[in-house]
Amino acid sequence: MKVLVAIKRVIDPYVKIRVKSDGSSVENNNVKMTMNPFCEIAVEEAVRLKETGYADEVIVVSAGEHGCQEQLRTALALGADRAIHIDFITPPEPLTVAKLLKAVMQQESMLDEAGLVLLGKQSIDTDNNQVAQMLAALTQRPQGTFASQLKIIADENGNKSSVEVTREIDGGLETLKLALPAIISTDLRLNEPRYASLPNIMKAKRKPLEVLTASALGVEEVKHQEILEVMPPVERKAGVIVQNVTELVDKLKSEAKVI
Amino acid sequence: MDDQPLRVLVVAQHDNSQVSMETLRTIKAARLLIMSSEQHDKGAVSVFVAGHSCETVVDSITAISGVDKVIVADSSDHQYRLAENMAELIAEIGQDYSHLLAPATTFGKDLMPRVAALLEVGQLSDVVEIQTPDIVIRPIYAGNALAKVKSLDSIKVITIRSSAFDAIESEELVSSEDKKVKIERWDKSIKAQSTEFVSQLKVESERPELPEARVVISGGRGLGSQENFDLIEQLADKLGGAIGASRAAVDAGFVSNDLQVGQTGKIVAPELYIAVGISGAIQHLAGMKESKVIVAINSDPDAPIFQVADYGIVGDLFEIMPELIRSV
Repeated sequence: MKVLVAIKRVIDPYVKIRVKSDGSSVENNNVKMTMNPFCEIAVEEAVRLKETGYADEVIVVSAGEHGCQEQLRTALALGADRAIHIDFITPPEPLTVAKLLKAVMQQESMLDEAGLVLLGKQSIDTDNNQVAQMLAALTQRPQGTFASQLKIIADENGNKSSVEVTREIDGGLETLKLALPAIISTDLRLNEPRYASLPNIMKAKRKPLEVLTASALGVEEVKHQEILEVMPPVERKAGVIVQNVTELVDKLKSEAKVI
Repeated sequence: MDDQPLRVLVVAQHDNSQVSMETLRTIKAARLLIMSSEQHDKGAVSVFVAGHSCETVVDSITAISGVDKVIVADSSDHQYRLAENMAELIAEIGQDYSHLLAPATTFGKDLMPRVAALLEVGQLSDVVEIQTPDIVIRPIYAGNALAKVKSLDSIKVITIRSSAFDAIESEELVSSEDKKVKIERWDKSIKAQSTEFVSQLKVESERPELPEARVVISGGRGLGSQENFDLIEQLADKLGGAIGASRAAVDAGFVSNDLQVGQTGKIVAPELYIAVGISGAIQHLAGMKESKVIVAINSDPDAPIFQVADYGIVGDLFEIMPELIRSV
């Protein structure tokens, strides 16, 4: 079966971001970019499915600026077979991404055949946590969001027919069985992503990378939201360092009045 | 849009017997939303409850003043409230509303984008402030920036960060004699074709739940072992607080995942947050920096947590914690 992995290029999570003084967005010029951490986990899971013989082919796809190809190459170096870059000047909104992914599923005949689409549960820049769920709605397929464990299950004829997904929910864990094809979004605890080795990085340069446009996929971008302003949050100022526990308890009782 | 009275539908999260605290705060947000509109005296809040044998949930929601209608879909298909079963139903009911709201819990996050896509609209996730019926504020980049976003859709789908909104006070409840809430039964249920519930593993705890606790004590990597987490538990029990953890503590297996506080875990804003052995990475701060008072206990004076802490104490937590437990 085919596994499609959607990845996003984002500002590195360890970078301290700066809001532009004109309030239009955050500064992303000369800022280190990387693959969204949740997407790395999705790529790792797909590669593991291939290594254990469940997946025949792993396709990675990303929608965004030309720079996305860097992250697609990284995914290829991690073990994906081929990549699709959907060229976009500005990062598209979640619903548009979901429509693009549906079109890619269509192109790859993945709408009916057993297969998986793996996505990160959220991107660490916009923090939306929407695309997987939207794609599941558009394709009328089941969704397994916030997955921390996956198990492919075969039917009596030995065909891969469903996937058992353990989901991280508030208050514990939940396990669902989803008929394939299914849409899965990954939580942090699904796996520990590997590092790309130098030979694999070299090999990845020769793997196929197809560039498409939204119009080639028959998707028209609709704007649902407008960002009016990006603001820095109110800064918390550092308080005081107390010398001992007695002083701490005293301050919590008499000054902050919280205990 | 602004001259029409708002019709807000809140999707309730519950466990078939009790409505979640986050839902009550979402209802509060729904009322603030109506107050932000020009026709604030005419807007109405409806609440959608899908579940199985969930009459007590319906009862407690009808007791909240400001709720005009409760729509109930009681069916065994909704026993576990699967997104695939609920989304189409909500999308159908939602056609008549201007706003669809749900708490930004794992329940709301799983369900609402599916509803939004069925309605061909975008979603505003994790909203912390409502300015007008179509302009909201939401955090981005792990809370390191705030975006003022305008929705251009006719139906606005929104998830609410409950820690940013007040709870329903007891004086906002109406007595059973005064109840005038309309209850509408929805018989049609749509059973998912492709999703099957297998099992659920809930972590049982006597302590208050993280999002509603007045005091939260969180432990990090600095605790060193699962056994040492006992220090966090003892202090939490002394203060009647909930337990939280950093990602490092969860990954090391000290506590279960559902206790993780941060960008990808729970967002909390208690009156008192005590961070023990937590360095204060950006991702952790995203989940707790709205707390009223923050205390940091750490051996590293340069730990970033001290930059947001109101009270810091530098030292060995294994000496500090037992003393703190004794003295509170």
